[in-house]
Amino acid sequence: MISIELIIFAVSAFLLLAITLWKRKSPARLREIPALSQLYRMMGLSVEDGTRLHISLGSGGLLDMRGGSALAGLAMLRHIAERTSVSDNPPVASAGDPTLGLLSQDTLQAGYKAAGAEDLYAPTTGRVTGLSPFGYAAGAMHISQNENVSVNIMIGHFGPEVALLAGASERESVAIVGASDSLAGQAVLFANTQDALIGEELFLAGAYLGAGASHLASLTVQDILRWLVILALLGGAVMKILETI
Amino acid sequence: MRVITVFIAIISGLAVLSGYFLSGLFPVLTEVQTHLLNGAIILTGIAALVGIFNLISVHTDKVRRGEKGSVYSALLVISLVITFFLGIILRPEHDAMQVVMNGIVIPTEAALMGILTISLLYAAIRLLRRRVDMMSIIFLLTAVIILFGSATLPFGEIPLLGTFSRWVTQVWALGGVRGILIGVALGSLTTGLRVLFGADRPYGGN
Repeated sequence: MISIELIIFAVSAFLLLAITLWKRKSPARLREIPALSQLYRMMGLSVEDGTRLHISLGSGGLLDMRGGSALAGLAMLRHIAERTSVSDNPPVASAGDPTLGLLSQDTLQAGYKAAGAEDLYAPTTGRVTGLSPFGYAAGAMHISQNENVSVNIMIGHFGPEVALLAGASERESVAIVGASDSLAGQAVLFANTQDALIGEELFLAGAYLGAGASHLASLTVQDILRWLVILALLGGAVMKILETI
Repeated sequence: MRVITVFIAIISGLAVLSGYFLSGLFPVLTEVQTHLLNGAIILTGIAALVGIFNLISVHTDKVRRGEKGSVYSALLVISLVITFFLGIILRPEHDAMQVVMNGIVIPTEAALMGILTISLLYAAIRLLRRRVDMMSIIFLLTAVIILFGSATLPFGEIPLLGTFSRWVTQVWALGGVRGILIGVALGSLTTGLRVLFGADRPYGGN
């Protein structure tokens, strides 16, 4: 028997493929998200003033439920690496999971290659700073404080320990853009950043930074699926009410 | 080479996914899925070792260049090497290793947890200086109500506040949590699909 999960998966896959092809032809109109607009500006500024971007990918692994946020962080890292690799101080990525650390190195290298600056790539710019959430935060704080960082971009899985990272960045006047898939992490980032990214906004960065048609198609698919979920919830509520009458 | 990498990644992803969805029709898929996941777990273990060597390489480089904060880097490398070799020679069950774990690692993480409490309090105080809007005020008020509604107070529970706090937690907060988690799940789904189709290639693609 075909499960409901398989149907959702197949419909999403079909929509993503179809909309990707469509988005290649028609330009996208996106709503304003202050944090992502700020990120776009800060990327350009960091290259101009020769400071570094620190991309914190969090402590989520790829073999569990937190893999989605880790992959979203890597997609953004790839784009940032391509745009800022020629800076005097190239971007640094930190991860709290060994597989994510390895992939961050690979992603950075791919970004440099795409920018035609593969010779400038240094493997030490993709780092594993700790293997527990607090260990990771302690190691990543060190980067913000000591490596001429102007912007700390935190995209991935972060729990409450992200407050330590945000606090360290703030003390050094480092701008913060943050998004987490964890509710505790989102609450902490809301209190610690100027414009917080909440919920699925974590997955929008690629589309806003111009990472391609597939990222724009993802947004549309998410919107369609969200409306389907809303309709299902409302339908369920109506049926429950009708049952009791 | 890049095409082969993408092909292997997509086929592996589809095989693992099929194991979840179609194992009833094709039981062999469960076996394939288990083998692939076991391989991934072994690779994760190896990646942990690579990660540790990366950490050593980054910090020895800092010490060699005499960069800012290199004293801490030196301390980290020395501690890491000593603990690593002691662990291999004595085994993790040895009393000395237990002392390292219970006397250094756990208290340090507990201390960080303590610092975190202060950091959160400080962030809450600074929130209205950073951003004065309706959402920030609601955020702070909710935090205060939940805190006082669930804390054990010396003069006993405040009757209305406790009930109100539970209502906020179980109705409003729970609804919000579910909404956010559904959004995150949909985002994870589309991100996973992009990787599966080879549109995003975090494994060395272009």
